[in-house]
Amino acid sequence: MSSNKKYWKSVEELNENSSVVETLQQNEFVNEIPTDEFLGDKSSLENSSTTRRDFLKYVGFSTAAASLAACEGPVVKSIPYVVQPERIVPGVANYYATTIADGYDFASVLVKTREGRPIKIENNDLAKTNGSANARVHASVLSLYDNTRLQGPKAEGKGASWDVLDKEIPAKLKAIQGKDIAVLTQTFASPSTDRLLSEFKAQYPNTRHVVYDAISSSEALDAYEAVYGVRALADYDFSKVSTIVSVGADFLGDWQGGGYDGGYAKGRVPKNGKMSKHIQFESNMSLSGANADTRVPVTPTQQKQVLAALYAYVTGAGSKSALGPKIDAAVVSAAKQLQKAGSNAVVVSGIADVDAQMVVLAINKALNTKAFNEDTPRKIRQGSTKAVAQLVADMNAGKVGGILIAGVNPMYSLYNAKEFKAGLEKVDVSVAFTMHDDETASLCNYIATTPHYLESWGDVELKRGSYSLTQPTIRPLFDTRQFQSTLLKWLGNTMEYNDYIENTWTGVLGNTSWNQALHDGVLVTPAMPKQALTDAIASTEGDQVATSEGASLNAGAAFRRLSAAQTSGMELSLYTKTSLGDGQQANNPWLQEMPDPISRVSWDNYLTVSRADADALGLMNEHVANGALNGSYAKVELNGVGSVVVPVLIQPGQARGSVGLALGYGKSKALKEEMQVGVNAYPLYVNQNDTQTVTVTPAEGVHEFACVQLHNTLMGRGDIIKETTLEIFNTKDKHVWNAVPEVSKNHIEYEVTSPEVDLWDEFDRSVGHHFNLSIDLNACTGCGACVIACHAENNVPVVGKDEVRKSRDMHWLRIDRYYSSEDSFEGDDTKKDNISGLGSSLSEFGEMELPSDNPQVAFQPVMCQHCNHAPCETVCPVAATSHSRQGQNHMAYNRCVGTRYCANNCPYKVRRFNWFLYNGNDEFDYHMNNDLGRMVVNPDVTVRSRGVMEKCSMCIQMTQKTILDAKRDGRAIKDGEFKTACSAACSSGAIAFGDINDKDSKIAELKADDRMYHLLESVGTKPNVIYHTKVRNTTEA
Amino acid sequence: MKQVKYRHSASRLLILGTVFLFTLFSPAFAQEEAAVANTAVEETSDGGDVAKGKELFNSLCAACHKRYKKMTGPALYGVTDRRDREWLYSWIKNSAAMIAAGDPQAVAIYEEYNKTAMNAFPQLSNADIDDILAYVMVPKAAPMPPEGGVQSVAVSSGSGVSTDIVLVALAVVFLMLVVILFLVNKTLRNFAAANGVELYEETATQRTPIWKAFIQNQFLVLVSVVFLLLTSGYFVYGYFMQVGIDQGYEPIQPIHYSHRIHAGENEIDCKYCHSSARVSKHSGIPSLNVCMNCHKSIGEVAETTATEEYSKEFYDGEIQKLYKAVGWDETSQSYTGKTEPVKWVRIHNLPDFAYFNHSQHVMVAGVECQKCHGPVEEMEIMYQHAPLTMGWCINCHRETNVKVAGNEYYEKIHEELSKKYGIDQLTAAQMGGLECGKCHY
Repeated sequence: MSSNKKYWKSVEELNENSSVVETLQQNEFVNEIPTDEFLGDKSSLENSSTTRRDFLKYVGFSTAAASLAACEGPVVKSIPYVVQPERIVPGVANYYATTIADGYDFASVLVKTREGRPIKIENNDLAKTNGSANARVHASVLSLYDNTRLQGPKAEGKGASWDVLDKEIPAKLKAIQGKDIAVLTQTFASPSTDRLLSEFKAQYPNTRHVVYDAISSSEALDAYEAVYGVRALADYDFSKVSTIVSVGADFLGDWQGGGYDGGYAKGRVPKNGKMSKHIQFESNMSLSGANADTRVPVTPTQQKQVLAALYAYVTGAGSKSALGPKIDAAVVSAAKQLQKAGSNAVVVSGIADVDAQMVVLAINKALNTKAFNEDTPRKIRQGSTKAVAQLVADMNAGKVGGILIAGVNPMYSLYNAKEFKAGLEKVDVSVAFTMHDDETASLCNYIATTPHYLESWGDVELKRGSYSLTQPTIRPLFDTRQFQSTLLKWLGNTMEYNDYIENTWTGVLGNTSWNQALHDGVLVTPAMPKQALTDAIASTEGDQVATSEGASLNAGAAFRRLSAAQTSGMELSLYTKTSLGDGQQANNPWLQEMPDPISRVSWDNYLTVSRADADALGLMNEHVANGALNGSYAKVELNGVGSVVVPVLIQPGQARGSVGLALGYGKSKALKEEMQVGVNAYPLYVNQNDTQTVTVTPAEGVHEFACVQLHNTLMGRGDIIKETTLEIFNTKDKHVWNAVPEVSKNHIEYEVTSPEVDLWDEFDRSVGHHFNLSIDLNACTGCGACVIACHAENNVPVVGKDEVRKSRDMHWLRIDRYYSSEDSFEGDDTKKDNISGLGSSLSEFGEMELPSDNPQVAFQPVMCQHCNHAPCETVCPVAATSHSRQGQNHMAYNRCVGTRYCANNCPYKVRRFNWFLYNGNDEFDYHMNNDLGRMVVNPDVTVRSRGVMEKCSMCIQMTQKTILDAKRDGRAIKDGEFKTACSAACSSGAIAFGDINDKDSKIAELKADDRMYHLLESVGTKPNVIYHTKVRNTTEA
Repeated sequence: MKQVKYRHSASRLLILGTVFLFTLFSPAFAQEEAAVANTAVEETSDGGDVAKGKELFNSLCAACHKRYKKMTGPALYGVTDRRDREWLYSWIKNSAAMIAAGDPQAVAIYEEYNKTAMNAFPQLSNADIDDILAYVMVPKAAPMPPEGGVQSVAVSSGSGVSTDIVLVALAVVFLMLVVILFLVNKTLRNFAAANGVELYEETATQRTPIWKAFIQNQFLVLVSVVFLLLTSGYFVYGYFMQVGIDQGYEPIQPIHYSHRIHAGENEIDCKYCHSSARVSKHSGIPSLNVCMNCHKSIGEVAETTATEEYSKEFYDGEIQKLYKAVGWDETSQSYTGKTEPVKWVRIHNLPDFAYFNHSQHVMVAGVECQKCHGPVEEMEIMYQHAPLTMGWCINCHRETNVKVAGNEYYEKIHEELSKKYGIDQLTAAQMGGLECGKCHY
């Protein structure tokens, strides 16, 4: 049947006389194909002696020749040193103690170097101040090898030599008359830098030093100064107290410089029937809230009221509050527990409000808390919001003639970056001291390129009397000079900065020698001077613009102002993520790929919204067909500032009426394309106040998240994370709260671990070492330091957002986070047990997939469990994975053919498959595709290739090294010598590692502990990783 | 990867051939290399004993002085011409005193050599010093008088001519023989034709050709096909198993470093240079400053070191390469600071996925280096002795006993394991040395 349908090819055909249609009817293409250009040259074609056949012959021959030549192996060159440095032995690692002080993270660390290159950051066991290295500090070694770093100084956007800068800038600074020279810096907390800046001020009297913290603790500093007379932060030791009440302070995260998790975790492990009690009032679900025994979701305004009420109840200044009955009851209960604990209690708050911070200090004073020592306040935050605001105003008023910007990037992180830019244009000379050609540096006249901290000298006073030294661990990779050295040069001081530090330290060292201090990296002066070095220097400066009014504050007035706080609309609570922090290391792929401990989303920031608010606003999250998470966008509008469009993530535990958004994302300059993710929330950080009132409206589009955990609840499977309460733990038998599953054989119940019901023949593991890894779920705060340490130690590749979205993340160690579906996990278990019949199971299992509005949260680090009866081993067709006598499950990469049967058969889903060659592949433009980035690779661990399976090896390279060292020395191994990357990185002591055949070891004791259980014990895999039942302290006062 | 094990075989053949001809055609080659140097071993006019002087010189002076070359101290040949003998006596016995006393000559020389004081030798008598001076004043033996050389050149060129003549003559004779044979054959045939003798001609029809018979015998075909397949399979397998195994790999190195001279003749301990083998997974190629520990004072090899293959000049040239690389100026005895790191060609290439630790084997197990690296002390050029395959590793682990004596680490595990296996001596394999993860991670 023929059809008379006319098919239109284009609109042009409507036009009868269209020339285009005419042409197209004759020719396929509108324009003539220019064949003449390459075939028209007839003469040269004819003269050519190469026929088509000849050409094919050549092609064939050269292909054959190339493939034959490829049969020969490459010639490998070995180039020894001409003069070998005394301490470097190829193949042997050296360790140096140093300190990171980038203005956001401050920690004393050990740096492992191989053949002169730093490859890993480890904890300095001698350092007792400010906790230990967090995930960002562990990852900072990769930032050293960032190939977007500036390779030399610049003048007016062009490469220049240091001589040019040294000549021009001091001359220009000297020429500034009647205007200020501003030195805008990060918090250095460095006695030597302070001394240097005061010398600078002596030479340039019109200098003003402004300290700027991207994430400010300005209000807490103001309050502390008002009360104690020193611009510093209270330092808390959570291990000394039994009751902790936090109002909006994520002290397990980065609150006031962080580093509190170690002390906190000590009190969380039940000992002699006791553990600390932690109550958290907060808006966003934070690490601290997730670890709390009681978590009360409240909006930021309510936080103020809660704090005021708490003050009233504890001090007796009042007896009722404006809060709702439910919250009020929680506050009353908290206050009662505080009063009961007395000096064994502490209150902390993260509210960016001087009044709130005053009230906190007052409550702690009233409690006379043991957790806080006023003689040793923290010095690691010194920024002043008001001083920065004043500077920006003065710049715009033309009062500033020169500006030196060191270690900060205000164009990115300042809320009024636009004004800053306008002001910067009015400044005659601007110099940026930075590693990157970032947002600020690109606007400055000069860029004095600085080295990474691993290439620098420095000293830090973390808290009063606790000093720490920074020393270079590698020669500067580029033509860089650190800020302090440059200042010295400009001051005409010929001293090297390290000599200058030594000089500064003569007063600090006491009986310790300089070399000893440098070796240890830390120094705690035994007799605490009331007025330490930095105070003495700081007091001569007189820069404290912001603090003048602080002294007039008093707690009573503060309390009245606080309790009068009013809510108006949706409140935005800005926070920082454990992974990216303030965003300095945004170009670090390890950190970008590290999943957020709470949301488990990597490579993104997003608006966290409570389910109720999301439903009301019409915002949604959904799982799409390939198993990934998608979310809607929302427009967040701040009055008078503008708006941002951000993806939405529905966050269980988010207080109704509040939304959260992480800072540190959305950087766009000096960043690889892959790393330019997220939205910059700094413009909303008005007056550096993390609480803002905003309007949230749905926006067009669907956002694709890279989330590594999509099933958020345990569905009542209490044997994955075993939980109990302190009361039951103390009073009941182990079988009640930590029973080993049983199976029936011949109508007799046997424990699944019994050989009677075992499918397998038991190996003899009593001889030699038998390694076990222990994870205490009570101590684990979920901080993720272990994840990054594992990355660094084991050359785990970064796969990027798209691959993570396809569930192809390569983390050998993941920290699962579970929400309860009922109010508690116990409720889940009960609900599941009560399900009966088809109808109820159909509906209720569905309900159990949804987390509760304020769920209980549990973290569980999961790595290869190194099963003694490993299901993966039996299914490998090529025996690439096999078992060792030492309890480690081996994986021979060169033997693996990539069938992935093992991953399929693993009940813990810890095996990772290399879908691509991640090393040296420009498709994965992170760090493994360039020579600089590859310098971080650990030479003792194979870099895996495409098509092989990999997994946690229980750091066999580290255990083997410990054994070899002992063999070489001819000695037995002591307890504590065996370590894995994760156990060494764990500052909270949650992960422990050792040899259980050493009966006196700590790990043997942990294995015998009543709280010990194995993950999925009923499967009968007999893992060598053990967990400790989580105990929650639910006792009320 | 070029295997040049027989790099010199062609030249060696040439040399052998020449030598052969040489001996053939010039049996009367004058061996007049009488000991020229021997004439010098006589007492000099000053009465010193050269032999005794040599002994003293080598034991006391050689660390800093050479006779004909500047080292830490000046070259001593001709010193008696430069200095007064009495001055020399007192200088050698106590130079520091002379400098302190302000002797102008002494101070001058002290300044010249960067204020490096010479050791005092109060134990030497004047007679001893005479002996030493006698030894240092022996003039440098001139290079071999060229008499023999000239002759040999003449002879060898003569021999070349005669060889050609002989060859041409032989060729002519051979050609003549061929022609004669051909002519004889032709004549005989003519005779036969003339006499009516019928020559026997083979015809194809008489017998089935052997190849046809072979094809017709199917069993034989089958057997031989199977045989051929198996044989080729065997060789193909063997070939493929060789891929990536570089046993015997002997690359040409940027500096001709002879382990034979260092480890063999001079018996230097392997770990003196490869010191990191004690503590590290790498044995380490020694850095050039280690070479200079000795080569600061060894700027040339001894006459006796030279072999037929490598002359003294060749070796001295190699030492110069080292000096160039490390930036050592021989005349001023100082480093210039201009270095050129040596790019050695790596011989033993374990794949990245195999972990091997030298210190484990060398220090803990006490394995001799030669066990894996072969007779290094006999190797003129280093080559890969062992196949370095996994099978090779494992065989050794199976056969070798763990050295547990005196090692506290092994005490407990050895006791328990020996009980388990019921033996006294545990092999590395029984200790767990065959587990995959011990070498692959």
